[in-house]
Amino acid sequence: MDFNDTPAEAEYRATARAWLEENAAEYREPPEVAWKLDEFIKRSKAWQAKKFAAGYTGITWPKAFGGQGLGPMQSIIYGQEESRFHAPSGLYSIGLGMCIPTVFTHGSAEVAQRYVPKALVGDEVWCQLFSEPSAGSDLAGIRTRAVKDGDEWVIDGQKVWTSFAHASDYGIVVTRTDPNLPKHKGLTMFIVDMKAPGMEVRGIKQMSGGSDFNEVFFTGVRVKDSHRLGDVGNGWKVALTTLMHERLAVGGKPRHAPGYETLMKLARGVEAPVGGPAIEAGDVRQRIAQSYINDQGIKLTQMRALSALSRGQMPGPEQSISKVVVAKTMQDMASFALDLAGGDGFVTGADGDPELAKLQGSYLGAAGLRIAGGTDEILRNIIAERVLGLPGDLRPDKDKPFNAAA
Amino acid sequence: MNFDFSDDAKALGEQAAKLFADKAGTAAARRAMAKDAPDFDAALWAEIAALGWTAARVPEAHGGLGMSAEESCQLAEAAGASLAVVPLVSTLLATEALLIAGTEAQQAKYFPGIADGSTIAVPAWNEPGAVTPATIAITANGGKLTGVKAPVADLPGAHLAIVAAAGADGPSLWIVDLAAAKVESIETLDLVRRHGRLTLNGVAAEPLGDAAAYQAWLDRAAVILAYEAIGTASAAMNMTVEYAKTRVAFGQTIGRYQGVKHKCADMFIKIELARAHALHGVAMIGSDGAELRQAAAAARVASLDAVSFCGEEAVQLHGGIGFTWESDCQFYYRRARALAASLGPRGWWADRLVRALEVRNRAAA
Repeated sequence: MDFNDTPAEAEYRATARAWLEENAAEYREPPEVAWKLDEFIKRSKAWQAKKFAAGYTGITWPKAFGGQGLGPMQSIIYGQEESRFHAPSGLYSIGLGMCIPTVFTHGSAEVAQRYVPKALVGDEVWCQLFSEPSAGSDLAGIRTRAVKDGDEWVIDGQKVWTSFAHASDYGIVVTRTDPNLPKHKGLTMFIVDMKAPGMEVRGIKQMSGGSDFNEVFFTGVRVKDSHRLGDVGNGWKVALTTLMHERLAVGGKPRHAPGYETLMKLARGVEAPVGGPAIEAGDVRQRIAQSYINDQGIKLTQMRALSALSRGQMPGPEQSISKVVVAKTMQDMASFALDLAGGDGFVTGADGDPELAKLQGSYLGAAGLRIAGGTDEILRNIIAERVLGLPGDLRPDKDKPFNAAA
Repeated sequence: MNFDFSDDAKALGEQAAKLFADKAGTAAARRAMAKDAPDFDAALWAEIAALGWTAARVPEAHGGLGMSAEESCQLAEAAGASLAVVPLVSTLLATEALLIAGTEAQQAKYFPGIADGSTIAVPAWNEPGAVTPATIAITANGGKLTGVKAPVADLPGAHLAIVAAAGADGPSLWIVDLAAAKVESIETLDLVRRHGRLTLNGVAAEPLGDAAAYQAWLDRAAVILAYEAIGTASAAMNMTVEYAKTRVAFGQTIGRYQGVKHKCADMFIKIELARAHALHGVAMIGSDGAELRQAAAAARVASLDAVSFCGEEAVQLHGGIGFTWESDCQFYYRRARALAASLGPRGWWADRLVRALEVRNRAAA
């Protein structure tokens, strides 16, 4: 038992590391001032083009679509090596991670030829238009309509929680094409031009103060039938392909989120409510232990999954616990730590402590992380149903026509 | 990256799970609850000794198979899942102590009997009034031990005890031949596994390593016991999940209700977290890695959390039937207490984990 690369993996890692040392030198340190959106997009595009030229994009994709035709381990290894730098990341993760694989799996050859290469080199940015105000966890309950008009479709409705919609050129959208069918059966997926007439993107301000997502309004947006992904009425199955690609994106603790070490450091500097240094207080030590068990437990669980991938096997069900543990642990740890800091943990802005500000940010962000990409509740359903084999929740609307369901 | 058991170890675990499914399990556990039941299942013990499981970890030079700690952990998990009424885990823990600290002569003297199953060896650190493995009080005087050890798992019927006694540098281990000591059965919350009281009145004992060896043994014991707890927790979860698939309430199987299925999901989450740390522990034993202390402590804490939660929620999700004497739920609920008492409480191990992290941080600074 070991944590080492196989010889082939080690060779791939060494090559990637050498390339990054030479090409990512300017990103060795984080930027002194966070990039503005325009700067971020400009840098992201330049970096993506550089990676494309060197063969570090589409690592697991088939060669026919411009990919490298390699396994998931190579993709993970490259990701690990790149994460040692602070190169711009995130702009392409949804497009290349989820949208484009759906395009080349379900789109026509012409459509794939038109869109895949430009996405891979980074010329065009993609977003995913799935969630709606009345369809979050219950994704198949979407109401955005697409109506056939000649060889075009006309889309009306609203999407929400769309990352990078404001920076995107194209998107994949799930629509309802037949409300007379049961809700999973009347859906169809399309490629849409984000700059088309009738598209409107508005930023959402989150409770944490940040603005990472958008609402997207469709008013009479026209799409050619050739830009349909999969058959009419088959949109749910196509959407599942997209979400399956999401599963491979490992959902560990966000890279810079505070963990048990932050709590240890803080506890060395403050007094415990019972007196004496907090680091010596029994309850504090118990909470440090619990944070370690959860944070490190997920890291080790991911290593179990990687070991399976490294042997060419599918990872076991254990990695399904990742996000549900990570998000709640972040919230609990941040809340405990801020409490430990007393009133100082509550002050923000110019009078606040920069170290505590990170914990405040983590506390606010964790509330969103517990919802994004599957709520704690949906993820527990998934573990219970897909891993343990328990029956699904009763869904009274499942077989009724969508427009007749309550 | 090869963070997983070897194929050989997994195969042994599967073999053990199969045999125990056949010859142990809750029906056998129920028979063992009877007042006049034997201390353990002697026929099953003879069979597993013949299969070489007691010899698995014993060096080849002393009649064993020279396998790794991975094999011990696989056996412990299978034993924990089946509640097998044999002193297998105790003997695996005692074997580990002899491996860490036994002199060549001690290994030559004791290992052949352990390997062929004729010597049952058990660790004994609990003593009345001692709450943690650090506060044990009995001392050795001129190579003789005086004091009481209780509760000691699998003591009735055992031949050899590995006794923890206080010393100038902290506790260390001693080997006691039980023929010369007073052994009595005592009742505990666990009605299946026999426990005993060991009374030592100036009994001659052999020192087994120093204080550091005792600490090293605690780490390895915590990892092996974590696998026993993971096995027991998994059995409680599986039994509950099967029940939730068949029990009907309000016109549907209860497994459809989120109030039920989310608790089952939480059982799985706690078990998988425990597995991650326990596997880290086995990896560190195998590589003599610096992270063994933190991995072992985390495995101990996470596995106790898993087995307590699964035992408690198994009764809860079974409802009234789960609270009856006839239900098998009580085995897991009670065994969780046995495991918690087996090597010092959760709180002590959580603190040991933080101490290990502090040592690591100081070393890195």
